[in-house]
Amino acid sequence: MIRSLPRSKTYDWSFNAFIILYFVFLFAPLVVTCVLAFNNSDFPSLPWQGFSLDWFVADGPDRVGLFHDAQNLRSIVTSFETAFFVSILSVVVGTCASFLFEKEEFRFKGLLYMLMLAPLVIPGVILGISQLLAANTAGTFVDETFGVDIPFFRPSFWLVVLGQFSFITTFVTLVVSARLRKFDPALEEAALNLGATHFGVIRHVTLKFLRPAIVGAGAVAFLMSFENFNTTLFLVGSEPTLPINLYLQVRDGSTPVINAVSLMLIVGTSLLALINFYFTRKTD
Amino acid sequence: MPRSRLAFWIFLAPVLTWLLLLIVLPHLDLLTMSFRGENDYGDMVWTGRNYLNFFTEPIYWLTFVRTALYAVVTTAITFVLAMPVAFYISKLARRRLQGALMIFILLPFWVSELVRIYGWMILLRESGVLNFFLVKLGVLNRPVEMLYNDATMIMGLVYTSMLFMVVPLVSVMDSLDDSLIEAAHDLGAGKLAIWRTIIIPHCKPGITSGAIVVFMLTLGNYLTPNLMGGKNSLWFTEQIYNQFIASFNWNQGSAFGFLLLVLSSLIIWAGLKLSGQKLGEVAS
Repeated sequence: MIRSLPRSKTYDWSFNAFIILYFVFLFAPLVVTCVLAFNNSDFPSLPWQGFSLDWFVADGPDRVGLFHDAQNLRSIVTSFETAFFVSILSVVVGTCASFLFEKEEFRFKGLLYMLMLAPLVIPGVILGISQLLAANTAGTFVDETFGVDIPFFRPSFWLVVLGQFSFITTFVTLVVSARLRKFDPALEEAALNLGATHFGVIRHVTLKFLRPAIVGAGAVAFLMSFENFNTTLFLVGSEPTLPINLYLQVRDGSTPVINAVSLMLIVGTSLLALINFYFTRKTD
Repeated sequence: MPRSRLAFWIFLAPVLTWLLLLIVLPHLDLLTMSFRGENDYGDMVWTGRNYLNFFTEPIYWLTFVRTALYAVVTTAITFVLAMPVAFYISKLARRRLQGALMIFILLPFWVSELVRIYGWMILLRESGVLNFFLVKLGVLNRPVEMLYNDATMIMGLVYTSMLFMVVPLVSVMDSLDDSLIEAAHDLGAGKLAIWRTIIIPHCKPGITSGAIVVFMLTLGNYLTPNLMGGKNSLWFTEQIYNQFIASFNWNQGSAFGFLLLVLSSLIIWAGLKLSGQKLGEVAS
């Protein structure tokens, strides 16, 4: 059965085999994508035509590698910018929310808490379309009342940021709240007794204590924003983020440049995820 | 400790702005839009026609039912696969291996869903890697198209949501005291009895939270059915997208969106009720 109990050889073997198969299942698509990024072929498929870096560095005219592919590069930059703003915004508001829910008592707290959790059960597509509708309604309203047309309310960069922010903040709140719950209020009282101001206490004591959770939540927010597809799909304007841009390319037929982009993405996110693991490890 | 009113408002204001402007208002807008439509003269009027269309056009409600059923099937398969994996990690693997396995389980999920689906497409399509090897080995005479059918699509959906089942299961199994299983074993209980009376009941909270998250993510998934399912594998989110982007019938799309939101909330609510849990507990 378990570690401490006697087990038959067959049981052990079949279990190990199952686990190995599971991990093959988990990693096969990623490994294949990475390997085929180096295949010297015009299509992302076998047979192996030899090792080549063309899909990264080729400068046309037959092959355009990732580093010369303006469209893909621009979408990577857009994704970075989006993720940057989303993580800053959601960390600030999420931290405020966890202070609010963990430390304050007020009427309608339960109701507000349920609302805060709502994005967990709203499918991303729905979040996207309702955000689109609301922005459109607001845009029409402003246009009819004041006669000004504000491009912000049409699918645009900032609308994507807001759309992603609306649900990522919930995750940040949950992560920071979990850490805040472990905080000993006696530390704050001590600081206050020693003459610190309220905001001094929050800055030097509470936020210091929360820092690992805030950094971790920020990293998670960044990754969630970077890879978001469902919500972004409806809000994206003329500047597609990387997942949207890749989707359009995959749908219309793929070239190994997509593999090259994917490889960079896999390496990049793995590094960020590992840093995040390291930080959360230190928290516990 | 006594808190200033100012601090309270500083925490409350951004949270309230976020929840009202980005969660409450957009979804109210979604609801009102779904009851609007053009009459014969092209004026906007209140109407229930959008919902009526849904029930009178079999293609709409059939897709809806199909999506829900497939989401249930996906959740069930994910559970069956995740249970032994979680059991292995928390009860069988050597202690030092546990951490590494968890990292390996988490890593693929930080990579964009699009990249993972793309990986499967390179593996499975007619000119794909798997076909290449099967033909080479003589298992197949000629390549077979393995993409664009329901079975592959479900596999893709299981793959994309696997993590959200494994992680909660591992954490509940970790909290199960090994000595309970040992005691049952010493008293002569068989494997089946141990699973039925000890492991499964103990894991119930983890099972519910995993199932809810997987179900919701599958129901609202757009990417996987769109890229891996064929022309015939309609998914309800695709209908919503088509109404919004292709037909530009936002009112009809809103009605569909609202129906999907109601369905997912209802099933999650039922799941929570049946297992006697709260959303907050499931989330954290």
